Amino acid sequence: MAEQPNPPSLMAEFWRGVRAEFPLLIGVAPFGMIYGVLALAAGIPVAAAQAMSAVIFAGSAQFITTQLYAATPMLLTVLTIFVVNLRHLLYSASIAPYLQNLRPGWKLLLAYLLTDEAYAVTIAEFQRSANSGRASAGFFLGAGLALWGTWQASTAVGVFLGANLPQNWSLDFTLALTFIAIIVPTLKDRGVVAAAIIASLIAVFSGGLPYKLGLLLAALLGILGGYRLEEEK
Amino acid sequence: MKIWWILLLGGMATYLTRLSMILLFSRWQISPWLGRALRLVPAAVFSAIIAQEVFLPNGQMNLSFHNERILAALAATLVAWRTKSVLLTLAVGMATLWALQIFFR
Repeated sequence: MAEQPNPPSLMAEFWRGVRAEFPLLIGVAPFGMIYGVLALAAGIPVAAAQAMSAVIFAGSAQFITTQLYAATPMLLTVLTIFVVNLRHLLYSASIAPYLQNLRPGWKLLLAYLLTDEAYAVTIAEFQRSANSGRASAGFFLGAGLALWGTWQASTAVGVFLGANLPQNWSLDFTLALTFIAIIVPTLKDRGVVAAAIIASLIAVFSGGLPYKLGLLLAALLGILGGYRLEEEK
Repeated sequence: MKIWWILLLGGMATYLTRLSMILLFSRWQISPWLGRALRLVPAAVFSAIIAQEVFLPNGQMNLSFHNERILAALAATLVAWRTKSVLLTLAVGMATLWALQIFFR
């Protein structure tokens, strides 16, 4: 593949990725702490609670696992984790075009780091700049590792503090606020706005569906609706 | 023991989901219509997550005035739109939520 005259260096892009992720870390840290507290409260051993943040590495699936742990059969819990994480299929597809030219090793590593928050920052950057190849991999790696470190550390703090963490501060609301900050500035054209509105409406009224399936349904119909409305132009 | 099986299998399921399309589209070219649809993924998924967090706190639908999260989310949306700053959005959103909770309870 022909390189541009002055492609940005891998390291420079890595640090740009870390910096871009930084504001989101402030929203993620309380979330990781709450998870640590809930995991212990559910009777999950300390080592497993910490390991889950590295092995599964997905906030909402980890929260649901703490809720299911005591009373749900193992395979049903795994199935729930799988379904709750199905939205990553959409992330994987949407980020794939930007990673096409990378070596397999990069793809295996970056796939592990494909969380909500790393994806949010990285796809915004990729859609803005036309970079591809190793430089864009560097940005993704920076954003992904910054989030990874914060998630492990905040889990550890939650596990350590346990019941001493204040419960009534509604700290879980930082998740929604972080995503509002990411998404609102991107609502610029008709297709995107329509996708956001349709997905929101359907998410509210399909919230009763099991395994967070409402989330997936809302996202798919939002994409479909946004796509159709864009075509009508 | 059960928790370690959950970690192993749940971790594998999650990782393979994340990897699936990245590997698949290494071999296939993405057609233009699919590319246009995928452009809408962030707005659709994150809006759905936001909507459930705001209107269904604790899994129960709450569209009433007593759901302080609705006003706090509106304030945050305004700040995000005007400033594009994640930090300011977090600060104003949480401050609004806490103020409303103190005021109404």
